[in-house]
Amino acid sequence: MAVQGGRPSGGSAEHGRTGGTPPSEQDEQFYREYILDHYKNPRNFGRLEAPTLSHEEDNPLCGDVVGIDLKVSDGQIEDVRFHGRGCAISQASASLLTERIKGQSLDDARKISKEDVFEDLGIAISPARVKCALLSLKVLKVGAWGLGDWSGEEEE
Amino acid sequence: MRYDVDAIRADFPIFETGIVYLDSANTSQRPRQVLEAMDEYYTKFNSNIHRGAYRFSEIATEHYESTRAKAKRFLNARSTREIVYTRGTTEGINLVAYGWGRKHLTAGDLIVLTILEHHSNIVPWQILAAEKGARLEWVDIDEQGRLRQDQFAALLEQSPKLVSFGQISNAMGTINPYAEMTAAAELVGIPAGMAPASLAALRDYLASARPELRCTPAAAPHAGIDVQAVGCDFYAFSGHKMLGPTGAGILYGRREVLEEMDPFLAGGDMIRTVRKEGTIYAEVPTKFEAGTMPIAQVIGLGAAFDYLEGLGMSSVRAHELEMTEYALEALSEVPDLTVYGPPASERGGVVSFDVKGIHAHDLATILDRHQVAIRAGHHCAQPLMDRLDVSATARASFYVYTKREEIDVMIEGIRDAQRIFA
Repeated sequence: MAVQGGRPSGGSAEHGRTGGTPPSEQDEQFYREYILDHYKNPRNFGRLEAPTLSHEEDNPLCGDVVGIDLKVSDGQIEDVRFHGRGCAISQASASLLTERIKGQSLDDARKISKEDVFEDLGIAISPARVKCALLSLKVLKVGAWGLGDWSGEEEE
Repeated sequence: MRYDVDAIRADFPIFETGIVYLDSANTSQRPRQVLEAMDEYYTKFNSNIHRGAYRFSEIATEHYESTRAKAKRFLNARSTREIVYTRGTTEGINLVAYGWGRKHLTAGDLIVLTILEHHSNIVPWQILAAEKGARLEWVDIDEQGRLRQDQFAALLEQSPKLVSFGQISNAMGTINPYAEMTAAAELVGIPAGMAPASLAALRDYLASARPELRCTPAAAPHAGIDVQAVGCDFYAFSGHKMLGPTGAGILYGRREVLEEMDPFLAGGDMIRTVRKEGTIYAEVPTKFEAGTMPIAQVIGLGAAFDYLEGLGMSSVRAHELEMTEYALEALSEVPDLTVYGPPASERGGVVSFDVKGIHAHDLATILDRHQVAIRAGHHCAQPLMDRLDVSATARASFYVYTKREEIDVMIEGIRDAQRIFA
């Protein structure tokens, strides 16, 4: 019997990702304090009055939406705002990205990679959540480059 | 006889992993009887069917065709000729849209769908409507997720050519009054077909109807269906949502309707004679089964019919209802949690819900860490999500092997997520 006394009886080696760590502790590792903080208190949230660049994308699979407004002057990102709704990963990732690019040159912002975003998040992103984590970067790439689309795979 | 869920679970090797599987509306698990039936084919008499002039091929053909007889019994069809093997519900619906719809629909014709439909019962009709200049109308739902029968009746007065709807909503769990709806379509002379794509009990299906025909949907995997009593022209479902393997499903079609349909896929096996000048098709249902079919999977599906028949479909439905009632009760005690859809008595084994402040994907990620598998997302029913004005919901679904303790583990996980996101 797999289920006894209301708890899974142990689970296979394949399924357990972090050995004997209790679920709650794992989740707190996954949803680290600062990620939840960015989710609940997003930085640079809102819209700019007259943005130089503005772009929005959604992730139809889960309904996440992120839009970014940029105010660019002499190639520098002077101000940035993002708006949207969705899961903690997509919204925290957008909030973190705005902090990273504010004051940067547009050229540098264009060079931000997936790995940079994962690094900012600082947690292991499972394959199912990669699209959530990279939605804001997609918005930035498509907006900043004026691209039609960005699959997230260009570096590979 | 008592329903012994522990004995049932012992037939499902996957539960040895410890997974708390609450996603059977997505795909069910398979008992070893199904796996062994496929294994037997591959190891004891693997060969192609309908062609070989040797013993293995005869044995394989016999096993493959025996699933048709089981499906006929399961659905109470008149004849095995009314049972078409498909890849699943999606292919069944596409087959009807192509083979029946392209032949019978013309510009200005009306197709009636509902806002509860799975994408498999939307997109084929959109393509057909665009090609033919036909139009689509949608039956809305009330506050509890029930189809608005007044709207349905009003649409029937416009004499649609086809009515297609799921027996049970895969996203909300609503059991539609499919027999009544089919009868109503028949009264105004509409042909209708429905296909359940099922799950543990079935949840999506489509119906197509013409004025001289009627069709209804069925909830085969969950509660059983009697296609003759319901009177639908078509009924489609997937084997993988009813303990069978992926890649094999059934389309039931009334023989008179099937007979006059065009083929869908063309090629080997679906023909009687092929000459340079032209081809005479095989009789139904072979006419719709081109190329080498998923033989092992169809044989596995036969074992799934046997398994469900052994349990008894009324017991399957009773168990699903018990789990659904238990889950609804347990979820009602969780603060800041919204459940979508009707009361347990009007539901299949599906509960869609939303936890305030926690996106369904975040919830699913945390539950995954408790070894609980649920679905999070739009459930291939985006028009319904738009109607509910949500981007995604969490969905737990139950089947023959679900235990109360598993629902308890999920509730514990939800409370844990609330602590983390507090």
